[in-house]
Amino acid sequence: MPASKNESMLSVEVWRGTDTGRFQTYGVPRRVNQTILDVVSEIQREQDPTLSYRFACRVGMCGSCAMVVNGRPRWTCRTRVSQVVTAAGGLRLEPLRNLTVVKDLAVEMTQFFDKWRDARGAFEPGSAPARDFAVVPPSTPQRQAADAGIECIGCGICYSACDVVAWDRDYLGPAALNRAWTLVNDVRDAGREARLAAVSGDAGCQACHTHMSCTSFCPKGIAPTYSIAGLKRALLWRALGSDR
Amino acid sequence: MSAGLFIAQRLSAAVLAFAVAVHLATIVYAVRDGLTAGEILARTHGNAAFFAFYALFVAAVAVHAPIGLRNIIREWTPWRSPSLDLALAVFAALLLVLGLRAVFAVYVA
Repeated sequence: MPASKNESMLSVEVWRGTDTGRFQTYGVPRRVNQTILDVVSEIQREQDPTLSYRFACRVGMCGSCAMVVNGRPRWTCRTRVSQVVTAAGGLRLEPLRNLTVVKDLAVEMTQFFDKWRDARGAFEPGSAPARDFAVVPPSTPQRQAADAGIECIGCGICYSACDVVAWDRDYLGPAALNRAWTLVNDVRDAGREARLAAVSGDAGCQACHTHMSCTSFCPKGIAPTYSIAGLKRALLWRALGSDR
Repeated sequence: MSAGLFIAQRLSAAVLAFAVAVHLATIVYAVRDGLTAGEILARTHGNAAFFAFYALFVAAVAVHAPIGLRNIIREWTPWRSPSLDLALAVFAALLLVLGLRAVFAVYVA
């Protein structure tokens, strides 16, 4: 991409190391329509091939390029430099929070997806196969509740933004609980009871403080906070003996 | 936090919202003309409504405070063992006993 007429240099602080490390500063030419991922790629290809980071699609479909940019978790491929750069041309790039750093800007996502499993975030078809296609009208409240959270691509932005995860590493986190809520509202699913039991308790939905950081930062516009509130309501009615 | 503790915390919070408002309004009303402690005690002596209200207040505190404290301790310290629940059960009992003792003392004074 050609440089702009008023080309200036970005001062980019990049985290180098693992859980311990330091910021290393690189100078990168500022370009038209430049994304944060462009900046990281330019550093890695032109200045320091030892820099580790992760990306795949570059268009906001895979979620693998998520990082903390100037203190906020973001998809770097969908964040233009002009949106976040400081007046002095500064950028600070860190790996996602609340996850173990593999190296530099790449984090270990195993813990994140293990919690999807722990929250029973997989569809449970039941003991017998369905005889026919299930007809699920899109207008039903349950389907609408499921649709509200179904577009999650598992990027880990919400998990990185969540204070409760930072305080309690056992907490299932917004993404896993959001996934559980979509399945609780899936009328075809046969695992409701086990799932509600899995998302209750000290590591479950009741630990959420409703800070709404997950909802604020989700690049897909999903509101995990509302999904978690839905789980709280479902568990409340279940404890009171109702199946609402 | 289990669903049971969650419900207990929310219900006790609802009771406390009401009880604290009544408590504060009563204080403001009672002292506006300079009532003495003796005059206040004369009104609370043998007053069943006073006793019932403050006994409920104390019970709500004894439920609500230990649950909230448990959350804070779990989030800010590594203390997660069953001893935490035991310690907070003792704390709840202490709040209940000391609170009811104080309410009773005012009731019979």
